[in-house]
Amino acid sequence: MSQLKYALYTGCTARESTPELLSSTMAVANKLGIELVLLDEASCCGASHLQDFDDFLALVLNARNICYAEKLGLDMVTICNTCQLNSAMTKERLDSDPELKAKVNEKLAEVGLEYKGTSRVRHFQYVLIEDYGLDKIKENVQVPLSHFNIAPFYGCHNIRPSELHHEVNGGENPYVPTSLDNLIEALEGNSVDYESKNKCCGFHVDLQAPKTSNALSGTALLDAIDNNADLMVTPCPLCQLNMDLKQDSAGKQLGRDIELPVLHLPQMIALALGCTAEEIGLKYNVTKATDLM
Amino acid sequence: MSSNKKTITIKAFRFNAETDYLPYYKKYEMEVGKDELILDLLNRIKWEHDGSFSYRRSCRHGICGACGIKVNGKAVLSCKQNAMELVEMFGDELVFEPQSQKRAVKDMIIDKGDFWEKHAAVKPYLEADVDPHPTTENIMSKAQVANLLDADYCIQCGSCHYACPVIEINEDYLGPAAFAAAYRFTADGRDNAGKERLEITAELGSGVWDCVKCFECAEACPKDVNPIQKITRLHNMQFEQGVAERNVATKHAEGFVRSIKKFGYLDEQDIVLYSEGLGVVKHLSEALKMIKAGKVHPFDFAKKKMPKSKNLDEIKKLIEISQKNEL
Repeated sequence: MSQLKYALYTGCTARESTPELLSSTMAVANKLGIELVLLDEASCCGASHLQDFDDFLALVLNARNICYAEKLGLDMVTICNTCQLNSAMTKERLDSDPELKAKVNEKLAEVGLEYKGTSRVRHFQYVLIEDYGLDKIKENVQVPLSHFNIAPFYGCHNIRPSELHHEVNGGENPYVPTSLDNLIEALEGNSVDYESKNKCCGFHVDLQAPKTSNALSGTALLDAIDNNADLMVTPCPLCQLNMDLKQDSAGKQLGRDIELPVLHLPQMIALALGCTAEEIGLKYNVTKATDLM
Repeated sequence: MSSNKKTITIKAFRFNAETDYLPYYKKYEMEVGKDELILDLLNRIKWEHDGSFSYRRSCRHGICGACGIKVNGKAVLSCKQNAMELVEMFGDELVFEPQSQKRAVKDMIIDKGDFWEKHAAVKPYLEADVDPHPTTENIMSKAQVANLLDADYCIQCGSCHYACPVIEINEDYLGPAAFAAAYRFTADGRDNAGKERLEITAELGSGVWDCVKCFECAEACPKDVNPIQKITRLHNMQFEQGVAERNVATKHAEGFVRSIKKFGYLDEQDIVLYSEGLGVVKHLSEALKMIKAGKVHPFDFAKKKMPKSKNLDEIKKLIEISQKNEL
């Protein structure tokens, strides 16, 4: 197999409040021999909020990001579900609407760029599963996670809308997703079956509707805890931030104590592959996770 | 070769609000054929097992919107949904439940009053100056019809409304079906009440800004109305038509431009400060936790330094020439 190589679109959080996401992603790629080229030219995807303010502007900026992956002749890989949604949705809209694509390209031409539609947009989770393969990941496990019950939290924007994602997420069924469970099992962890695994964490209304956000994140965390989870894992840094940081306020609202370490997907894999503490970056997790090593 | 028939168990939610204190589940075993619909199975529970089993159904053609239920948590229109497809998805035990358990009246039948009240709240009808004695037909252009984005396909079945997690939590929230209807009539070239509808859907607490962006509505809709697409359109129209007021939600959306212009990336700390204003104090305890974990460094200027995208000039230029909306 020739070496796997992708253009990594980090998004904002991995460069700011979740440095552990970037360091663990690079460490996992390094261990598995996957080459990730950083797309340093890329801008914010708009996180579905810029889209609410000015949809066209968000399309132009996302198309520009994809242009840089196209220039490298590589698929774009994301490490945030919301980056994945906004990049993939831009691609889908431009690829299916020549008129819209022409309007966007008219703007991009002003800075010497052209969106062609030649790069696929995929989340790192599915690249690992589909291109690298669970069997090979299993072969690389140095520290089996067999003593952990791990609750997979899929995050909305990797699984819904299913039609948008199906081509790049192995046809994951949003009502019965299995990929994260399988990945946990490949690392010899015990995947926790619980109802909230494919539900929303509420991150996107945290500022204007904290009650809604706390109810959603708190319910999911308690569901995982009640099903004997030792930790939760998610491929989305926005889910991770909301679930990791808001445990006290969510617990207060729901009338129960909540304490559950919430790991980024690459952090969990890095643990099993025997990466260093510095790379895994558990010290950056707000709910104490350093004991997991 | 897979057989055309399969024996499955249906676990049905049973409840009679007049006599039961709590709901319970009852199991029915039956052989299901490859062409049977969920509605056929509902009929067979009633006809072959228990005549008191209750559910709504009428047209059997996917247009009246009466027969929506949930199967293993997935919203379905019973008369459109093939049963074997769900057996393949969920296995040999199908769980039949009403769209909303807390609104259950009898078995699959719910009190849909909240849905209709919220639907009515957005003026889901044309407000137009109609000539009572027209001499020609009032024909819409193809472009005008296309602009409805199929929002007119909604059959008010409630699938999206009761799949929406915010509806479960916030009783003021109008919900995806009401928003799709608000868009449908606001986007209609013949209508005069657009601004009023945009104001209704701009309210914090009940309007579109409380949408969590989970896409459950898009997934649930049996008519491919894609309600969240209409929610995004309503957000944009609030700015396009000058209805948007400056508040935490609108500033949060607009504030992204401010950051991206400066850094390419979103300044995570600035967006909270900018959106909340003085309200930022309520985030103090979380901010302290983030500082303690080393995630943010508000007092260490060397570490606080924001990353910057390469070729930032391109980004600035693109914003300058592409931005259409203002707050």
